[in-house]
Amino acid sequence: MKPIMTPQEPTPALEVEHLRKCFGNFCAVDDVNFSVAHGEVFGLLGPNGAGKSTLIRVLTTLLPPTSGVARILGFDVVRDADEVRKSIGVIPQAMTSDLDLSAMENMQIFAKLYSVPRERRIKVAHELLEAVDLLAWADKPVKNFSGGMRRRLEIARGLVHEPRIFFLDEPTTGLDPASRVGVWEMLMRLKKERELTILLTTHYMDEADKLCDRIAIVDHGKLVALDSPLKLKASIPGNNILEVGFSRIPEGWLQTMQSLPDVLDVKAEDHVFRIGSDNGPNTTVALMEAVHRAQIAVTSLSVQSTSLDDVFMHYTGRQLRDSLQDAAPVLFPGMGQR
Amino acid sequence: MNRILALIERDLRKLMRSPTLIVVSMIMPLIQLVVLGYAFGGKIHDLRVGVVNQDHGMPTVKLREMCGAIAANARTFETTDYTDLQRALKDLRDGRINGVLNFPPDYSRRVLAKDAPQVALIEDNTDNFAVGALEGGFGDIVGAYNQGGAAPRVSSGVTLSVVELYPYVPYIQYLLAGSIVMAIFVSAMIGGGIIYIDDKARGLHEGYLVTPISRLELILGFNLSGAIKAVLAGIILTTVGSVIAGIPNPLDPIRLLKLMVVIVLTSLALISMMFLLMVRVNDPLVPRATFGVLNTLLYFPSGAVYPIYGFPPWMRAIARVDPMTYAVHAFKALLLKNTSITAISGDLAFLAIFTLVTTVAETALFKRSL
Repeated sequence: MKPIMTPQEPTPALEVEHLRKCFGNFCAVDDVNFSVAHGEVFGLLGPNGAGKSTLIRVLTTLLPPTSGVARILGFDVVRDADEVRKSIGVIPQAMTSDLDLSAMENMQIFAKLYSVPRERRIKVAHELLEAVDLLAWADKPVKNFSGGMRRRLEIARGLVHEPRIFFLDEPTTGLDPASRVGVWEMLMRLKKERELTILLTTHYMDEADKLCDRIAIVDHGKLVALDSPLKLKASIPGNNILEVGFSRIPEGWLQTMQSLPDVLDVKAEDHVFRIGSDNGPNTTVALMEAVHRAQIAVTSLSVQSTSLDDVFMHYTGRQLRDSLQDAAPVLFPGMGQR
Repeated sequence: MNRILALIERDLRKLMRSPTLIVVSMIMPLIQLVVLGYAFGGKIHDLRVGVVNQDHGMPTVKLREMCGAIAANARTFETTDYTDLQRALKDLRDGRINGVLNFPPDYSRRVLAKDAPQVALIEDNTDNFAVGALEGGFGDIVGAYNQGGAAPRVSSGVTLSVVELYPYVPYIQYLLAGSIVMAIFVSAMIGGGIIYIDDKARGLHEGYLVTPISRLELILGFNLSGAIKAVLAGIILTTVGSVIAGIPNPLDPIRLLKLMVVIVLTSLALISMMFLLMVRVNDPLVPRATFGVLNTLLYFPSGAVYPIYGFPPWMRAIARVDPMTYAVHAFKALLLKNTSITAISGDLAFLAIFTLVTTVAETALFKRSL
């Protein structure tokens, strides 16, 4: 896949060319190419073990690449690692705030690690804690915070040196639905106010759909598709997906399904068929008539608009939600366990 | 420099919120000081000795009286008379008594005839400490008995005159130096080993590694914050321990100042050694598992509980490279003898060079990535 350059900006915020990161014979990131424009929210969508976190660790200088090039604001992540570190904010997957310290103390310690001048760090810390609705909790120990509050604090902490590019590794994993929505809204507000370029990894389709300008689907270390959520959905056959299960499968049933009106694509797995259709209601009526004629029973039926899960299924041959369950917790030397 | 201070600030704030580290690092050495100090420090007394008198002559009466005097005064042992040697030996084997003093039937005759008279001390030699005390006590009695009446005004034989430079040093004072080093070691083990690896496993270091902090700044920050905590533990144990052990004039400001130098150098040496051992470790179980081994390997060969002169050559070799050896020696010199700083300059030089070498090694081995 060739780097995708976005017009308007001469130099992309982030460029990745033929990037590879291998642990022995296993390549967690395998010949990855893409670029991210200034002000863009770019998502890496894929199941656990797909290589998203390894890719983000290479881009944030935590792991050296095996081969290939990655540049942040034109700085090489290997040769100019210090310049890269000054330019980026990083929120790791694990919650890493110090529980014994207060929110403000956590902010101040990190501001000092980034050498933010004294008068500036106090002002910025106040502004950021206000932006993430934690100013009232500034002097409270973090151990009393909920998961959502800690995540918001970490997002504020990651911005304390006012970076231009912000990396978030699965920012809402482990949060309840209300907290997730809160984090999304806060991220969008911060992005707008601070003109941030954001790269985030997620295995939540709704998160990628809602937040990202463009999404790269990652599977087995490779980018299998990259575009805006709308274009990715439009790239697979049909506006609707019918998922239907039958009590038994008569002979020639796959051909019967393919001959239904408006059907573009049919995939069968055991007794369940996934039918891509341009007109879901029309195909459903015809499907019921075919079932009646064949004298079989429908055990399950759902009709949905095309989702990113369908996109993932289309490009990888399996569903994202299944991949999340199947993802083997395999760790390779140097990958780091959480 | 600001980044190093930020790491130190973070650790000290955590310490103030939860001073468990200091308390834990002091409890074990203090318990050790008090329990071991009193367990090994006391003089042995109240041993039980069975006396079998098969002779009943006058010379046995005199020796018997001298034994009675010891039982009444020094109380090293008390005596019980037995009529049957076999029964006394059975009680000795069963542990009811610690020794048997046997006067054979021809004892008085041999004394009067000056024909090499012998009295037997039969001991339970499974207990070397009790045996030593009994042999010492009875040796003195027999020596006094042999001198006969009053000692001559001018002795014709050679006598050894013992002059002690310092007041009597009870074992608890002898042990204090080792206990202070132990407190510093436990603090270094927790601060430099357990907390460091736990923070690593929790991903806290990942947060540091994405900042522009340099490898040397990280090493210095971790080492200095760990050393400050170890110094606090050292100071507290030095003052509290000195009072408990009864060190004369424990708050002498000049000596405290010299002790402070040793505490700081010992803390730096032990924390840098700990970070060097843990620099590539990621598993939180490792520092916990190695704690006992390291403690045994470094503490006992250091001369903290027993003089190095009594060690076999392989153990002396460990003692020569063990930083605790030099720390213990320096603390003993200051606490027990209040020597000048020059007298311990060799120890201080070793600790300083050891710190430098381990810091350079850990900086070289430290990975600035995951």
